[in-house]
Amino acid sequence: MEEDLILDVENLKKYFPIKEGILKRIQGYIKAVDDVSFSIKDGETLGLVGESGCGKTTTGRCIIRLFEPTGGSIKLRVNGEMVDLMELDDMKAIRRKLQYIFQDPFSSLDSRMSVRDIIAEGYKIHNIGTRKERTENVQELLERVGLRSYQMNRYPHEFSGGQRQRIGVARALALNPDLIICDEPVSALDVSVQAQVINLLRDLQEESGFAYLFIAHDLSVVEHISDRVMVMYLGKVVEMTSSDELYTNPQHPYTEALMQAIPSPEPGVTTGRVPLSGDVPDPSDPPAGCNFHPRCSYARDICSEEEPELMQISGKERHFHACHLAEELDLKGYTLRKEETV
Amino acid sequence: MAETLMELVDLKTYFDNEDGLLRAVDGVSFEIEKGETLGLVGESGCGKSVTALSTIRLIPQPRGYIAEGEINYHRNGEVIDISKLKRHGKKMRSLRGNDIAIIFQEPMTSLNPVYTIGEQITEGIFIHQDADKKSALNRAVEMLKKVGISAPESRIHSYPHELSGGQRQRAMIAIALACDPNFLIADEPTTALDVTIEAQILELMRDLQSEFGMSILFITHDLGVIGEMAERMVVMYTGKVVETGDTDEVFKEPLHPYTQGLMSSIPRIGSKERLIPIKGSVPNILTLDQDQCYFASRCPEVMDICYEKEPPVFGEERNTKCWLYDTKEEAV
Repeated sequence: MEEDLILDVENLKKYFPIKEGILKRIQGYIKAVDDVSFSIKDGETLGLVGESGCGKTTTGRCIIRLFEPTGGSIKLRVNGEMVDLMELDDMKAIRRKLQYIFQDPFSSLDSRMSVRDIIAEGYKIHNIGTRKERTENVQELLERVGLRSYQMNRYPHEFSGGQRQRIGVARALALNPDLIICDEPVSALDVSVQAQVINLLRDLQEESGFAYLFIAHDLSVVEHISDRVMVMYLGKVVEMTSSDELYTNPQHPYTEALMQAIPSPEPGVTTGRVPLSGDVPDPSDPPAGCNFHPRCSYARDICSEEEPELMQISGKERHFHACHLAEELDLKGYTLRKEETV
Repeated sequence: MAETLMELVDLKTYFDNEDGLLRAVDGVSFEIEKGETLGLVGESGCGKSVTALSTIRLIPQPRGYIAEGEINYHRNGEVIDISKLKRHGKKMRSLRGNDIAIIFQEPMTSLNPVYTIGEQITEGIFIHQDADKKSALNRAVEMLKKVGISAPESRIHSYPHELSGGQRQRAMIAIALACDPNFLIADEPTTALDVTIEAQILELMRDLQSEFGMSILFITHDLGVIGEMAERMVVMYTGKVVETGDTDEVFKEPLHPYTQGLMSSIPRIGSKERLIPIKGSVPNILTLDQDQCYFASRCPEVMDICYEKEPPVFGEERNTKCWLYDTKEEAV
């Protein structure tokens, strides 16, 4: 095992039971996360993209066990040793190392607590410092995320959306975590404020060196912030590689379709675009074989019969894909599409 | 020169709120030509939706009203000032849904859950056209086919909850286009959708526009979508238009510092350069002193005059509301 891994997730599964009838018998399962494996290195940002319902938020929540995973292992490095979170009875000590930033800055802050209490709650729970030290830390954190220290006695409703998200970031930083899971941290914000928060997240990472699992659906934001990107579709990882590689040289037809669908901020770049047909299938009744084959324009017989496994591309380290045909297909990335039309 | 379909002249839509008079739309002027797509961009709360709702007189009641200005709609050589019509009057009703149609952002909340898709499409046809039940239903099926819903004969009997998000938005478009409108308002039609579905809907709207030839007012906060859809664009900030021009030109050389800030705030794929955001956040327009540029407090190129006087609009077709472009001043 590599030394510098901070998180190592193997075969993570989360099945939600579907209960029907008066007796609430279990009629089947929605496989929200189905056999997902990945790892994050120290100080690295792993982007996690996919459409709604693909299981990206469930993956994030399983890691901090806000959802109890159905199976698999989640190993986090604590004091130099990999600890399997699934075997722990008490996550309390671990949550110091593992923090979460939520999507909606309006519902994720307790409106009855002052900013000071929100940020210092972690200190209270873990019994860190005296009252005075805690207050000093809160003041320092507020300055670090671009707010003023005198604002600590205010309540969340007195802040704008962007400022609230900064409070959420300060709360996550309070306990000096090694890994922060960001679940769509900027998608509720306006474009101009979004850029401020993205810059803040990057600066803080440079200062403190923690790793991010960055969950988002906006492909240009993910490309901007991530070192590596993982693409999920219907509970499974379909491709994972460095972000440059993913956007220039995708190996899975779904990734290609995502790249083609990005609306381009350069006007006139629309030609040669084939939008993906159809909708995401019902997750309680996924198609046989490859999950993506009903929408895939390259699909062949094998795709509906056999489920592809996540494989490493020969000759390319850390580029994984789950497609039977990847070796034969010549798929287009985002940058290629742009160059063609120029 | 293309024909004008609708022109807004100094439109002011206000809301009489408890905490003061909210100038949601404050002196907005622009034109929409026949058959073109005009993009309307801005951040949340800038008044872009209220502008659109004003043109079909659907401003939230009882607090909202059109205080001043004209909305001139050109129909067969006749010019109708929509802002002077009675909200529930016969003429307004003959325009709304028939000449002017709207697609909303959230298809689940804007479709009626207790009526089938077919009933919702035919409702407009019955009101505006002299149609019997059979021909209206045929029209509904035809519309569903046009918007790419499979098995339309059976789908007209479906309720909105039985459709997926993308299909619901398709059904919304079918309802809007059922009476063959000349002017379609699309208020963030793809914001609630996933990126692959969004691409489908944008493609569909482009195809339908070339088939039906209607003008589209496309409202969005996503500059990428504007770049793909609109020939011309209008940028709004705090209830005012700050810049107008051809999309290509605005993208290539944004004039107003706000537009420049928006452009440098979006991450571009293939460039890991640090983003340059606009500092601060959108001010509360209730508390702002009126006689100034509302962007002054966030503007990197702010001058003394910006705090003293509201800038007029400089330029004609390609215009901006910013003191930086005051050529007379420079000459002195």
